[in-house]
Amino acid sequence: MDWLNAVVQGTLLGGLYALFAAGLSLIFGVMRLVNIAHGDLIVLAAYLGLTITTVAGVHPLLALVLVVPAMGIIGYALQRGLLNQTLGDDLLPPLLVTFGLSVILQNGLLEIYTADPQKLDAGVLETASVAVGGLSLGVLPLLTFGIAVAVIWALQWTFYHTSLGRAFRAVSDNQDIAQLMGLNRRHIFGLAMALALAVTAIAGIMLGIRTSFDPSIGGGRLIFGFEAVIIGGLGNLWGTLIGGVILGVAQTVGAKIDPGWQILSGHLAFLLILAVRPNGLFPRISA
Amino acid sequence: MRDHILQMQGLNAHYGDFQALYGVDMHVGAGEVLAIIGSNGAGKTTLMRSITGLMANDAGQITYHGEDISRRRADEVAMRGMAMVPEGRQLFPSLSVEENLLIGAQVGRKGPWDLKAVYELFPILDERRNVGATSLSGGQQQMVAIGRALMANPDLILFDEISLGLAPIIIKDIYDALPGIIGEGMSAVIVEQDITKALSVSSRVYCLQEGRVSLEGVSDTVSREQISRAYFGIE
Repeated sequence: MDWLNAVVQGTLLGGLYALFAAGLSLIFGVMRLVNIAHGDLIVLAAYLGLTITTVAGVHPLLALVLVVPAMGIIGYALQRGLLNQTLGDDLLPPLLVTFGLSVILQNGLLEIYTADPQKLDAGVLETASVAVGGLSLGVLPLLTFGIAVAVIWALQWTFYHTSLGRAFRAVSDNQDIAQLMGLNRRHIFGLAMALALAVTAIAGIMLGIRTSFDPSIGGGRLIFGFEAVIIGGLGNLWGTLIGGVILGVAQTVGAKIDPGWQILSGHLAFLLILAVRPNGLFPRISA
Repeated sequence: MRDHILQMQGLNAHYGDFQALYGVDMHVGAGEVLAIIGSNGAGKTTLMRSITGLMANDAGQITYHGEDISRRRADEVAMRGMAMVPEGRQLFPSLSVEENLLIGAQVGRKGPWDLKAVYELFPILDERRNVGATSLSGGQQQMVAIGRALMANPDLILFDEISLGLAPIIIKDIYDALPGIIGEGMSAVIVEQDITKALSVSSRVYCLQEGRVSLEGVSDTVSREQISRAYFGIE
């Protein structure tokens, strides 16, 4: 039963990792941009949530109403103002610029919020649990997983059933020809980044409710997100969810064997899958 | 001047230090079908890239509907009613046939062309509307590429090497269909290496050679000799 419990808890944890990863997956899929600052943007969203909850005295989930559009606007501005200028045939400039952005974000947050660990107070939601067949499942992890599934489904639906999604895929296929069809790729990229950071906002709030955070933890979230994307296969959003689940299960099962192995066993599972399936489990894009 | 939908004056184009076009002067009359011929490397593709805005040019060199579009981006030019059937079809592989056509309508211009009209023109596309565009045969892909350009309801449509890589029977079908496609009030530019085909559907012709206009004439009256001299540069 303990092992089953570890697997179930790991699966639910995977939902959070999928939320970390969905934005990365989307951005890479549309514009082949690897965003090194993604983890720090998640932390930024958590701090935005912190400010809103403390100033307005609202529940963190209610703060999403403001944090999601705020991150979306930041995403569009960031893409149009900075990241579009780095895109081209060379992969290095976007890596360097987002790395620099990561440093700036971390230090900016440090200046404003100090290095003290913070947490979003979600009241009873944090400790509430339901008993399912002998297992005790936290309401928060269940909620996070449900949100992750809903977010992935919504992104998938946007991609394949809306004109915006059609534009995303067309620009991803061939930027010049898409431009000839009247699609301004700079604007489309801006919208993609806005959508990605809107998802990041949800990830940041769920992270902040689940654990304490400080300005330095972005890098770790980036790694988990990356691993989920790569395990699932590039360009496949449902694959990203499965990647998150595999990572989460590997971590909780590893922790069950020895508490010190939690993070390590996640990385080992990632390495193992990379060795066997270098393109991930369900790739849509050949890298 | 007013009758010219598209005008190029002293058009130069560069790729870094390499100059691909030297002072090209051309015009397309309203409702006219123009052919541009020339061998590989004569500058035809560069000319297309300049006109459509995929390449930026110095101000004042390209005028469309009386407006200087030399420095406009491709999407801005498309919004003004210019559409292209690009060389090699260049369909979007992740999009279905119908989605490819719908992307063409992205510019939101009103006119006779919509999904229904394109499916009437090419019934085979209606049957295969939901399959991936690149799983079609070459000829059917060309139909999608033409349909995609028509969906924009353009005033000026550019056909870039539409016979390239297709079987002769398919090329014949497509050229037979062209007069019906280039309907009332629409102007067209046909860029071709197949000179006979280009001359048969056009009213005027320009020949490019090493980035310069080497011949300008009326399609029905230019002689073989004139063309081969302009095409190959034989004096």
